[in-house]
Amino acid sequence: MTIDWNVFTPGPAFTGGLLIGLAAAMLLLLCGRLAGISGIVGGLLGARHGPRAWRLAFVAGLVVSPLAWSLLAPLPALRIDADVPTLVAAGLLVGVGTRYGAGCTSGHGVCGLSRLSLRSLVATLCFMGAGFATVFVARHLLAA
Amino acid sequence: MPAFAAFASGLVFGMGLILSGMVDPGKVLGFLDLAGPWDPSLALVMGGAVAVAAAGFVLAGRRAVSWLGEPMRVPGARALDAPLVLGSLAFGAGWGLAGFCPGPALAALLGGGGTKAAIFVVAMLAGMVLFELAERRRATRPPPAAGG
Repeated sequence: MTIDWNVFTPGPAFTGGLLIGLAAAMLLLLCGRLAGISGIVGGLLGARHGPRAWRLAFVAGLVVSPLAWSLLAPLPALRIDADVPTLVAAGLLVGVGTRYGAGCTSGHGVCGLSRLSLRSLVATLCFMGAGFATVFVARHLLAA
Repeated sequence: MPAFAAFASGLVFGMGLILSGMVDPGKVLGFLDLAGPWDPSLALVMGGAVAVAAAGFVLAGRRAVSWLGEPMRVPGARALDAPLVLGSLAFGAGWGLAGFCPGPALAALLGGGGTKAAIFVVAMLAGMVLFELAERRRATRPPPAAGG
């Protein structure tokens, strides 16, 4: 393993992380809800999940956040290398997987680990492991 | 008022995703590529987020209602079961394929992700709807006949 120091951005990464944690703490302390994005979005898609107003409001804030950002600073450029079939397959896997797994990077990774949930630790190890493995196969076995 | 607080939380969440670099699939894949030139930044995103969120959970303690008087609804499931493991593995595979997880994909819609981010989000929502349909079918399936 070699660290690429040219692309390592510890300051913004850590500060951005603090903001993500602050958002999760806000939603918990003010609304009594867990900031798990897949659960919040998934809860809008079925009839059995109870109130929707807070879910819609949270998602709206998340979706318009780049507009607020662009008032303060230029938006960073995104690098999306995946082609359309890959994006479709990836989206389906993320959608189905986060709902059966009952959480994603935010719900299990941030909130679950913060409250020392063993279930979330297991989920996080699974999705991180699968993520590492998938990139290894795609970049180093198939592309070689 | 709770809806406004939820909106503000979503806004702060998205700003954090943009600042940290999580919203950029190239950056995420640089973190997930342990065998390449590795970018450890996202480990710090997780560290910072967990530190502040953990303080939030300590403050919340065993409160029955939030500061705005909303009931506290935090998941209580504890089972380490097959859906948790298989679902999370599938999610990780999708994350590794495109570099998007749910929050960053939504923030990328208006954040420079263009058509590609929109395609990912539509597929992700379709996957979530498939789950809802499967769960509904499971819930309405008649129980197996007793006896016999």
